[in-house]
Amino acid sequence: MKQAPEYTIQGINGPVVTVRGGRSLAMQETVYVGKEGLIGEVVGLQDDQIVVQVYEDTSGLYPGEPVTPSGAPMSLLLGPGLIGAVFDGIARPLKEIENRTGYFMERGVNIPSLNPSVEWDVDILVSPGESLAGGQIFAQCQETSVVRHYCMTPPDVFGTVSFAANSGRYTIDDVLAELTDSQGKTIALKLAQTWPMRSARPVAARRLLDRPLITGQRVIDFLFPIAKGGCAAIPGPFGAGKTITQHQLAKWSDADIIVYLGCGERGNEMTEVLEEFAKLRDPKNDELMLSRTVLIANTSNMPVAAREASIYTGMTIAEYYRDMGYHVAIMADSTSRWAEALREISGRLEEMPAEEGFPAYLPSRLAEFYERAGYMDTLSGKIGSVTVIGAVSPQGADFSEPVTQNTKRFVSCFWALDRQLAYARHFPSVNWTSSYSEYLEALSPWYTRELGPRFEELRKRASLLLLEEMKLMEIVKLIGADILPDDQKLIIECTRVIRLGFLQQNAYHEVDTYVPIKKQMEMMAVIIDLYDSAQQLIERNIPISQLKAKGIFDKLIRMKYEVPNDQPELLDEFRKEAEEAVSQTLLDNA
Amino acid sequence: MRVEYIGLSEIRGPLVILDDVEDVAYDETCRFTLENGDKRFGRIIAIDGSRAVIQVFEGTKGISLENSRTQFLGHPLRIPLSPEILGRSFDGAGRPIDGLGEVYPDIWQSVNGSAINPVSRKYPRNFISTGLSAIDGMGTLIQGQKLPIFSGSGLKHNELTAQMLRQARIPDQEGAEFAIVFAAVGIKHDVADYFRRELEESGALERTVMFLNLASDPIIERILTPRCALTAAEYLAFTHGYHVLVIMTDVTAYCEALREFSSSMGEIPSRKGFPSYLYSDLASLFERAGMITGLPGSITQMPILTMPNDDITHPIPDLTGFITEGQIVLSRELEQRGIYPPISVLASLSRLMKDGIGVGFTREDHPDLANQLFASYAKVQEVRALASVIGEDELAEGDRLYMQFGRQFEEIFLCQAPDEDRSIERTLDLGWDVLSILPEGELDRIDADLLEKHYAPRVRAKESDSFAAPADAPAEVK
Repeated sequence: MKQAPEYTIQGINGPVVTVRGGRSLAMQETVYVGKEGLIGEVVGLQDDQIVVQVYEDTSGLYPGEPVTPSGAPMSLLLGPGLIGAVFDGIARPLKEIENRTGYFMERGVNIPSLNPSVEWDVDILVSPGESLAGGQIFAQCQETSVVRHYCMTPPDVFGTVSFAANSGRYTIDDVLAELTDSQGKTIALKLAQTWPMRSARPVAARRLLDRPLITGQRVIDFLFPIAKGGCAAIPGPFGAGKTITQHQLAKWSDADIIVYLGCGERGNEMTEVLEEFAKLRDPKNDELMLSRTVLIANTSNMPVAAREASIYTGMTIAEYYRDMGYHVAIMADSTSRWAEALREISGRLEEMPAEEGFPAYLPSRLAEFYERAGYMDTLSGKIGSVTVIGAVSPQGADFSEPVTQNTKRFVSCFWALDRQLAYARHFPSVNWTSSYSEYLEALSPWYTRELGPRFEELRKRASLLLLEEMKLMEIVKLIGADILPDDQKLIIECTRVIRLGFLQQNAYHEVDTYVPIKKQMEMMAVIIDLYDSAQQLIERNIPISQLKAKGIFDKLIRMKYEVPNDQPELLDEFRKEAEEAVSQTLLDNA
Repeated sequence: MRVEYIGLSEIRGPLVILDDVEDVAYDETCRFTLENGDKRFGRIIAIDGSRAVIQVFEGTKGISLENSRTQFLGHPLRIPLSPEILGRSFDGAGRPIDGLGEVYPDIWQSVNGSAINPVSRKYPRNFISTGLSAIDGMGTLIQGQKLPIFSGSGLKHNELTAQMLRQARIPDQEGAEFAIVFAAVGIKHDVADYFRRELEESGALERTVMFLNLASDPIIERILTPRCALTAAEYLAFTHGYHVLVIMTDVTAYCEALREFSSSMGEIPSRKGFPSYLYSDLASLFERAGMITGLPGSITQMPILTMPNDDITHPIPDLTGFITEGQIVLSRELEQRGIYPPISVLASLSRLMKDGIGVGFTREDHPDLANQLFASYAKVQEVRALASVIGEDELAEGDRLYMQFGRQFEEIFLCQAPDEDRSIERTLDLGWDVLSILPEGELDRIDADLLEKHYAPRVRAKESDSFAAPADAPAEVK
């Protein structure tokens, strides 16, 4: 009779603990360290020594304390109850932790992610005799007012339903149905399932990315759109507005479910998200934002190893809802903190460093993460997507550092935030010359279909004008704007309207915080139309200063505040005024 | 009786290594007794089997492999706390140095602290009035915020901090009990004395706790000083309901101590030789600010750091800025021009300002006004760059107005005397005064109603004056 080996702590160095004992532990297996049962994960196996990274503070651990294997890799419990909850980096519910240990985090608290005593109203959708493959839906329940939770079979099973319970109220531990597989083995199906968080959940097929995630943010939707299922990075120095941009995207983007991941960031920011989302309503259905949001908080003073794990926690939850056929957007703020956690642990493991002390596997880990995004045919026969938007905090605002550079290789949208714009309080401080979106081509048919051919034309013209302005500004910086010819003055005036009245968007203004895509297009049309009709003045050599004196440019800058989102037709007033200003100027000179 | 170990196995810089130890925990503290009776303290920073690596706070000078006895104390480093610590002074490791004897403890608290559960936090909203226009108007300090001052050697950060200590108050909570925790980390004697004198003169000394690790004190002890100070602050705030303002100076010295310690450990360095965990380590300090739902007190942190070579991209200010809720940046150029406080408003930022100003907090026009001042002052920088190329005389008339606005903004709005305590109303009115130099068309950040209420009357007053004194008109080209 073989006896289970006993494992004990050998050495401790910060979050890295070495363990002595048998040889049966597997890589990435979860272990419980010490008498308090701190959660850890096996990250290295040598002949007689096992290296464990511990997700909690290791202060006060003694050599010789027991280490208990769990027999399974780091897994998440997935089921109804995730939405609206706040988790730490390894998916422990923070509200329950507060109830148990008070205002300050304590360690060794092992609370399941989902409350096992809550009863859900479950509709069972299968009956005995039916055959079920992996990932297929067998039951459903209403998780929140906007999210219907579909219970799926684990992806790797196949069998015939041998038992199905009646629809009714069940907890996550109740058996709802049983499958018998080809070997005659019985598989119990419950409301919740577990999944190893470092593995991507399987899908039937990847689809082309051909529809945008509409965010209501003009600079993004109009100039640098992101596709549903795509990846974007928001790099920027501190104070450039990464977090506010992430908040805005979490609030207003047209995803069904938002996973908001505070990874090594400020505690007060998580509180802000929590407070705001509990009050704000989604413009689509007027339901509370919190009823479509999952929050994961590993603030900068919480254990660093759990920070490394937190992005996988977020991604796995996102994939789980994607498999039900939802469009999920995951906001990771900030991936640089995750990379730094990786570096810190790598340093403790005495691995050979590559660039700037980051481990050599940084690019492959980043790739693994971003590649879990996509627009998918799910195993359940539905269509769902995971869109990833990762903030990057480059050290010293230097975009050539390893995390920014490696992230750039795996994302297709790059929204570069700019310190100079932020200093001038131009928000969102997305720099329109260094940002890009590789989805423009792929999304163009969608825009043309939904909004007409004018959209693409307007975008191109706006981009060209901004480019032109950048060149002119080089000259203006040296000699001033006064001596420019009138056609160039007109460009400067119109791009000023585009910059202040269009690209700049006030997150705290009731109307301006979120703008539907149709209205965005109409706004730009008003500006471009003014530019076009002012060409008549240029042709007749009438100075642009006369048009400027009519105050029409300043008027258009204010239109973003004055036209409610549900009455875009009011923009016609502005168009009319612009036309009148031009024709009046013509008359004055007749 | 705990075991005493005689002698040591190895000494490496501030670290000593002890073999064949039994029953000691990671992060446990220990006491070394030297033959001459000298006592030192240390803490276990790594264990491998029966081999313990210990960091000696006071340094290893004078310790040999044979002349010391080591006793492990069975707990992580902790300090005694009671409400009587107010008015007391301690050294960098929390031992009394004011000759008033030991603290009779209500509680012993580990200096490591625990993270506040993010769901237990209360989002900070209460505006702290500092009486300084540059801060109250443009980068408002909020109760529970962590707002560092990024300074440079020789700039007036100490005067500025002292003025804020004298003037800070929460307008609608006049009765609230304030306490100050002052952590000196590697600063000069005269700086520590300056603060002590300032606190004494303003009568705040009896509600101040001081933790002093001066430039000549043991370097490794610096790693403990902020932790001791924040532990005391947490106790005062969350056990006794004080509103605690923590001043920590100088964070740069702290980071350098950490670097020294890290290199003695043989760790792989990251940027500029600082350890790769500098971010997490600083966060473990700065995140100990805030408020908790259901508890009365608060901790507001104002760490001061000197940017090496005035470089804001240096790892220390850079990582700090990523953790803290904004920053107040001092400018050498303003200081040289004699403007006090020399706050570079464009580079400064208060992240929590947006929720603590405006209707119900300061005044309804505050958000738009601050926004407009930022935008216009940013434009001033562009115009100045142009003027330095083509000369101010060649500027267009509109640009000359910006030059004038820039000067007035710095000289009237920013600049104030070290003893001038401006109310928020005064600050905002001054803001409108300088803004009224610019034509209405340039004010694109302000709501039309507010313009009518605050801007228009000033312009009308000027116009009626201008017949008598055309001095406000832009200077004619000479």
